[in-house]
Amino acid sequence: MKILLTVHDDNIAPRFDQTTEVIIVEHDGLRPGGDLRTIILSRRSADDLIDLIVKEGIECVVCGGIEENYYRFFIWKKIAVFDGIIGSYREALQMVLSGVLRPGDILQSSI
Amino acid sequence: MNDEYLLRFQEITTAGLLDAIPHGIAVVDRECKIVAINQTLEALTGVTLADVRGVYVDFVLRSNIARRGRTFREVLTDGQAQIIEGDIVSRDRRKIPMRFTISPLRGEGTEAAGLVIVLDDLSEVVNPAGLGADVDFADSIIGQSPKMREVFELIPLMAHTEASVLITGETGTGKDKIAEAIHKRSSRAGKPFIKINCGALPESLLESELFGYVKGAFTGAVKDKPGMFRLAQGGTLFLTEIGDMPLPLQVKLLSVLDDREFFPLGGEKKIQVDVRIIAATHRPLKERVAEGLFREDLFYRLNVLHLHLPPLRERETDTRFLINHFLRTFAERTGSSVKTFSDEALRLLTAYSFPGNIRELRNIVEYCVNICQSRQINANDLPKHLFTSTEPVAAARIVRPEPVAPPLEQGQDWSSIEKQLIVDTLTQTRGNRSKAAAALGWGRTTLWRKLKNHGLASPSVPSNSREEA
Repeated sequence: MKILLTVHDDNIAPRFDQTTEVIIVEHDGLRPGGDLRTIILSRRSADDLIDLIVKEGIECVVCGGIEENYYRFFIWKKIAVFDGIIGSYREALQMVLSGVLRPGDILQSSI
Repeated sequence: MNDEYLLRFQEITTAGLLDAIPHGIAVVDRECKIVAINQTLEALTGVTLADVRGVYVDFVLRSNIARRGRTFREVLTDGQAQIIEGDIVSRDRRKIPMRFTISPLRGEGTEAAGLVIVLDDLSEVVNPAGLGADVDFADSIIGQSPKMREVFELIPLMAHTEASVLITGETGTGKDKIAEAIHKRSSRAGKPFIKINCGALPESLLESELFGYVKGAFTGAVKDKPGMFRLAQGGTLFLTEIGDMPLPLQVKLLSVLDDREFFPLGGEKKIQVDVRIIAATHRPLKERVAEGLFREDLFYRLNVLHLHLPPLRERETDTRFLINHFLRTFAERTGSSVKTFSDEALRLLTAYSFPGNIRELRNIVEYCVNICQSRQINANDLPKHLFTSTEPVAAARIVRPEPVAPPLEQGQDWSSIEKQLIVDTLTQTRGNRSKAAAALGWGRTTLWRKLKNHGLASPSVPSNSREEA
């Protein structure tokens, strides 16, 4: 599974369209972590980010607040979205891989 | 009075003061971490103070003004209040224009002890014309037909009362937008408008979403959840697809509507709420009452004010108007020049029955704007299903033998007419669903769903039914 997390320092970025950094993880379903790849975006743009997600063949997006039209686009593209997440991207990733992350989760690491 | 009592009194007074102000308010410490937020901000962000106390403020606000925290730090350092216009992304994934007033909180020393951030909703300022003139078409309601004019005349009247409203109409007729319009024009406009789909969640989940729960109420309830009734405090709760609400929950809803108080799941303390209810359904509620699927007392409790939205096929003059509106909107969105429909394409479109109503019309126009390469959209640019549906429907109407279609009874609603139509068509096609669907101008899954809705389907589930559900 290919997962993209929108990142702000060590945390999930508060907003999808304001994101300038993403982490892509390719998880083969065997190892607990998977390889992490960081991409710095040249500008804040939801459209550019969506292009990247589609081109990269991402299957799961973990982000903060996201607008309904982007959310619906991902659902239409059969990309799973965990939005409204508050906390560190590492904890969010761990939870996605364990299958326990839910949209709107406020993680322990957020405080 | 001892110190503990004074401290508790101070806490209650502060919380009460914050909640009494109809704007979102966050109080943060010197590290820009949340100390307090009021109920309005809780409703906007979908989090409770207990969840986010100590969390960095912009993770909660989801604004576009923070500049990686520099904005807040500047106010803390300079001690000068700042007023900035920007936006937030709300819990229901809407981008809401906001005016942020960030003021320093001074203690006894000269340094600011923290910040108070006040969020002023600018939606009404940005879109001042209200009905039909909003910038974002998602909020607009358009119609000039006599039936829609009647609806528009009723909206302000319904907005100025506190009574429950029941909105009925086929799918895609704009029930949600009308509900929001009533809320925006009411005295509760500054308070939350919370929507919940009663048909989308299983009974137990719907109950916890509506009424909330307390920590430890059940396995997995690791913290308190306020529930939609509490989040909508002072505002409006919009219960869509109310006809699909499970019977046991209907009893609890009725009790809340009567008493204006309830116990959250597992809770021992009654919660008092001041919430206006707007309910909507595409199902014939009276029929469901007769079938024992909907409580009669709840029906009468909700049906204080009734608003029926006509389907698009009954709004003759509006189809052209809506086509032009969506053409302009999608042209703006895609940055292309506005296209036009050829006479032939317009004739086909206006002859089409639009079973999906405005939602379907909007999707057809969007399809055409994206597919058509020239400035004029011709008949061959229209979605192919329009051609396969319009003609067979017309043919089916012509060849239907008179005795099979009984005359409409006085007061017969659309659902029962549709049910009869399906039965008649299936009889003509000798039970062949593919042929019946083609004759009715629907996809097979649409026909199957409608069969299921009318209680005419066999228990087996077609594999492709999920896609269209």
